[in-house]
Amino acid sequence: MAKYATQEWCDLYKEALNKNTAWSEAAKTWEGDFYFIFEVGGPIKEPRYMYIDLWHGNCRACEMVTDTSKYKPEFIISAPYPIWKRICLKQLDSTQAIITKQSKLTGNMAKIMRYTKAANELTNTTQKLPTEWED
Amino acid sequence: MWAFSSPMISYGDNALEYILQIRGNKAFVVADKNIVKLGLLKLVTDQLDAAGKKWEVFDEVEPEPSLITIKKGGAAVAKFQPDWVIGVGGGSVMDAAKAIILLLARPDLEPDALSPAETFNFRDKARLMAIPTTSGTGSEATWAIVLTDTVLGRKLGLGTPESMPDVAILDPVMVMGMPPLITADTGMDVLCHAIEGYTSLWGSTITDGPGLIATRRVFQYLVRAYKDGSDLEARKEMMYAATLGGMSFGNSMAGLGHSLGHALGALFHIPHGRAVGLFLPYTMEYLMNGSEETTVKYAEMARFCLGASGDDKACAKALIAAIRKLAKSLAQPLSVKDCGIDKAKYDKAIPDLVDRALNEVMTISVKRIPESEDLIKMFAYAYQGKPIDF
Repeated sequence: MAKYATQEWCDLYKEALNKNTAWSEAAKTWEGDFYFIFEVGGPIKEPRYMYIDLWHGNCRACEMVTDTSKYKPEFIISAPYPIWKRICLKQLDSTQAIITKQSKLTGNMAKIMRYTKAANELTNTTQKLPTEWED
Repeated sequence: MWAFSSPMISYGDNALEYILQIRGNKAFVVADKNIVKLGLLKLVTDQLDAAGKKWEVFDEVEPEPSLITIKKGGAAVAKFQPDWVIGVGGGSVMDAAKAIILLLARPDLEPDALSPAETFNFRDKARLMAIPTTSGTGSEATWAIVLTDTVLGRKLGLGTPESMPDVAILDPVMVMGMPPLITADTGMDVLCHAIEGYTSLWGSTITDGPGLIATRRVFQYLVRAYKDGSDLEARKEMMYAATLGGMSFGNSMAGLGHSLGHALGALFHIPHGRAVGLFLPYTMEYLMNGSEETTVKYAEMARFCLGASGDDKACAKALIAAIRKLAKSLAQPLSVKDCGIDKAKYDKAIPDLVDRALNEVMTISVKRIPESEDLIKMFAYAYQGKPIDF
């Protein structure tokens, strides 16, 4: 069990992703990294930043960062913590979250939409992780 | 949080005269060469003339419009700076009009970036009108934009809730001349939108109504419109059903029939409506076999649209049987083999077909999400015309 949006959770997520053969198969040609930004809201009083680097079906890095200038990822997705929680628990589809502006995407959405299966496996993996929520 | 969007709909005889009421001075009309040739564009520009509007036509939209064409349209609309962008045509033209008006607001973007991730506020500059000339895609009542990346050889599902037309004009005069084959192909598309929208994971009580009514109207009127194109009542009702179908799936999501149909259409150039209609009964059987919730919804449709009776499973089966019967009446293919596709070529393409189907949003917005193995089997069964038994 790890607290969501912490380095401990990132380590678990990286390990789980790399064991998820459905994800690695679906993402075998994917090249791209992300910042997931947890905006202030719910139990979060300060924004948090998660960097994740996905490359050819392999999660090469997943880390919490404090200095956002450390990486220049291709994509940034930001949302308040309660929205991330709903996405992770599959109570809210990640595409629907973007459509309704509950989350914001910076980067080429068309590229992500070509990897729907892989994106779905990303959230399937979070759903299965033993996660402690702060609210 | 979710939202239901719809244009203001002017419909019925002489609905084109709504154009006389619009504000603004300049209209940029998006069409294709065929619409011009058939005289349908003139019916619209006559109204614009009568209203004293200046207008310019961009008639270079091809079927499954490319990013290149949209960029060209974007440059033309930027030069003209209209108060209205009006799409007159089938789904390709209406989708092109939606993309072009977004570029009017955001000329800095490439056409493949026309997504909900961006903000456009195009209504600060112009309004969007859609005038369908086919009864199928329902594009006049959705915000979806399908474009083709000719470099990657892929269709791109783009659009943003902002790209919903402000006005849709459903005037039967625009569809009376549709030939039987196009009437049948596009009619099957309507059925697919209505049923898949009704059963989508993203659907709700708010989106159920349009799907249910559209399905009933297709069963009542499609064969009539196919057999007698001059049947005004059938033409009108199919036109309305198409718009309702658009409101159904456009406010929820299409489903597996579209995922498999898109894949087949892309690789074997089968018309959209024919391809999605072909897979509809197979994918319904698949969903029925694994999703009780979907079976209940099919049964609801069967009772309302066909007067079916019996338990949910029997009613759902009756709906699927009725779709196959309808397709047969319209001389639509009942299997992939009926499309004249060579088996060896098809078998070779199955990995690509599966990969494409897996990566459609519509594959994950159904209540039984297939993995590769099931898709491989579904494509194989559909080739032979064998009902799905797994």
